[in-house]
Parts: sequence; C-alpha cells; structure tokens
Amino acid sequence: MISRPEKLSVYWERTALEMKNIGAGSLAIVAIIAVFQGAVTTLQIAYQLISPLVANPVIGSIVSDSSMLELAPTITCLVLAGKVGSHIASEIGTMKVSEQIDALEIMGINSNAFVALPKIIAGVVMVPCLIVISILLSNLGGIFAGSASGILTADEFIQGARESFLPFNLAFSLIKAFVYAFIITSVSSYHGYQTSGGALEVGHSSTKAVVYSAVLILFSDYLLTQLLL
Amino acid sequence: MIELTNLKKSFDGVEVLKGISTKFEPGKINLIIGASGGGKSVLMKCMVGLLKPTEGNVLYDNRDFHKLDNKEIRDVRREIGMLFQGNALFDSYTVEENIEFPLKMFTEMSPAERIDRVNFCLEQVHLEGVNSKYPAEISGGMKKRVGIARAIALDIKYLFCDEPNSGLDPVTSRVIDQLLEEITKEFQMTTVINTHDMKTVFDIGDQIIYMYEGNKWWEGKKSDVRHSNNEELQAFINASYFE
Repeated sequence: MISRPEKLSVYWERTALEMKNIGAGSLAIVAIIAVFQGAVTTLQIAYQLISPLVANPVIGSIVSDSSMLELAPTITCLVLAGKVGSHIASEIGTMKVSEQIDALEIMGINSNAFVALPKIIAGVVMVPCLIVISILLSNLGGIFAGSASGILTADEFIQGARESFLPFNLAFSLIKAFVYAFIITSVSSYHGYQTSGGALEVGHSSTKAVVYSAVLILFSDYLLTQLLL
Repeated sequence: MIELTNLKKSFDGVEVLKGISTKFEPGKINLIIGASGGGKSVLMKCMVGLLKPTEGNVLYDNRDFHKLDNKEIRDVRREIGMLFQGNALFDSYTVEENIEFPLKMFTEMSPAERIDRVNFCLEQVHLEGVNSKYPAEISGGMKKRVGIARAIALDIKYLFCDEPNSGLDPVTSRVIDQLLEEITKEFQMTTVINTHDMKTVFDIGDQIIYMYEGNKWWEGKKSDVRHSNNEELQAFINASYFE
C-alpha cells in the first residue's frame, strides 16, 4: 500500500507540517485535560483514603502512578482520537471526494504514501511528546488541587511521586502512546481513504474513524497492560 | 498518439463500456460527447488508469498502459495532465504552490527556476497576480485556468479534461475552450475532452466521438456532426440546443 516516497524532501516538509498540526495544535486541549485530570484524581484519592493510617505522600504516589500508567496516555489519546483522528479522516475524505487523490495518482504519485505516511510518522513522534507533557501537567494539577484544598502540601505530593517512580512506568506509558498514535493516524487515514460520495460520506468516515480508533485504543490498552505489567 | 482497442469495463457484471476502439492524434482536440451515463467518464478513467479495464488496451505511443510495470506506469503518468470537473486543486496550497507541486515532486529545478516555470504556466493561461491566493479565494473560471496551468507544468504529451466547462458561464466557457485549443496546438499535445457542451464541439473540436449506452455510437469530424444521419446523435444535438 505504501511504497518508497518519490521525493524525500517533499515528504519531510509534509511530515514537519503534520508534526506542527498534531503536536502544537493539540497542546492546549492536552494541557487542559491533564491539569484537571490530575486535580480531580487528587481530590478523589484523598476522599477515598481519608485515614490517619495513610500518609499524605501516598496520595501523591497514587496520582502520579495512575497518571503515568493509565490516565495520561489513555484519556489523552481517546481525546486525540476525536480531535486528530476526525481531522485526518475528514481531510483525506474531502481530498478523495474532490478528486485531489485522483489528481495525485494521475501525476504518478503514490497517494497512499503521500497522504497517509507523513501523518502516521508525525503522530508516532508527537503523541508520545504530548503524553510526557500530559504526565507533568497532571502532576502539577494534583499539586495545585492538593495545596488549594489543604489535603496535602506540594512537598508531600512530590515526595510520594518520587518514592513510587519507576522508569519502567514511564517506558510503559510511552509504549502505549506510540501504539495509540499509530492506531489513531492509520485507522483515520484508512477511513478517510475509503470515503466515496460527498459531504455526508465524509462525515460518516470521520465518525467511523473516531469510533474505531477509540475501540482499538481500549482493546490495545487491555492487551498491553496484560502483556507488559 | 493514444490508441484504444476493444476497451471494455464492467461493474458487478454490468458492462459500462462495450468494446471501444479509436485513436486520438497529437495536436488535435479530441472530444468525447454523449449524455450522462453514456460511459464518457468511465472511458476517461480507464484511459488515465484510475480504473482498470475488464478487457482491451490503452496504448500511449505504443506503450500498453495497463500492462506496464509500476515504474513504467509512473513514467507514462508524468506525461499526462488532467483537468478535473471539480478542478481538484489542493485546498491547503496557494495557486503558486499548486502549480509548483509537480515540479517539486518530479524535477531537480531550483526554487527560482520553479517559480519562473509557474509564472510561465500562469501566463499561458492568461492569469497573473494570483500566485499567493488560495483556491477558495478565486472564481470558478480562474480555478479552471489554474487547473490547466498545473496540468501543463511538466512538459506533458497528453491532456485530459473532464467537463472543463461545467459550472462556468458561457463567456468563461469560451475562454477556457480557446485556451485549451491554443495550448494543444502550441505544444502539440494529444488532448481528450469529455463534454456535453455542443458549443465546445463546434468551436474547437477536431475529432468527435459520440458515446451512447457504453458504445462508440458515432465518430467523425465536427463538420460531419450536423449532417450525420445517426438518430441518437441528432437527438442529442437538438436536445443540447434546448437546454
């Protein structure tokens, strides 16, 4: 389906543009989700663990670990499936129904490679970066919520997070991000490419891309957790 | 020259093209006319390789297009330009970037040389000063011209146009027709146009093929069209004048 690119410089330009769209374009939504996710998780963990026998830093360690292992990669990528996935599917779908894909083919360009490959590469590079940012901001959200509500101090949160930190957890999180990024970009490109008809079908492809990506993310979440943890 | 021999195409057992054989000569405007559903678009898609014929051959200067390997197909495709009914300009690129795109992909030209070529192509289609505009910012007629400029950016030998006048007012339609004629004669291209605009037929057509229910129903010169005793062709021409 995807063959050797005709001219690498053009592909590199397109990949850089897609990296900007996927990375910088998603930064705001990822940051908002991460901060609130960390804040809410901190408050909920504190609510469930109120006991004189549980030290405050434990809250920090639970929030930090759950952000890294599950919340940051999975929740963020489910949101990215909606934002990035629908954008990719509708962009390629529109190119398909407006004959832009045919124009590429007639020029002798492998349209699959030209349209999908830069998006897939950009996704698998940028989504893990977004997940790292999401983990950091999630912890900051937790620190803020803990301090503001008087549940635990910033130092206690950081102490808990540092004590429970395992480099493998970060690696696991990045593996998940890489796999989810591939799912989002490839599934959405596929559905965009399968579009035929008009505006209505572009909408259908976009919806399908989001639904299939989300289901596959959840399925691979279970599979990766079972295999790697 | 493009030669078609016994070209057939079926979809789910329904034969849409029923054995088309003809020749399209260089330096001439070859028109395929006929009512919607007559097989014109399928014929053109088979010729440019967007559809694979069920049977038959498409020969580009004796190169059997559908029997070539991938590399050879790409080589032939680089000699083909196409103007689409909906223009198919890349929305996210400016006019200049649209025309520059094939040059960037397939030539080793420097950026300055590419821009010179873009401007040359824009001059050929009598369109200047729109380099930095996006397709959404220009009129339908201008989009057609940009489509033609992009099609001729590389030194192509074969130009295909699918309904070049669709959606255009009569004045702009004539301008596009004249442009296609000028370019065909100047660069000695083999131009094939799908149309049901009879004005185009009588203005610029050299060789006319009338498609009816998947068959090549009539073929001849434009001077013969009016005098043909083919009933379906005459009915099509008469209906066109009452559109």
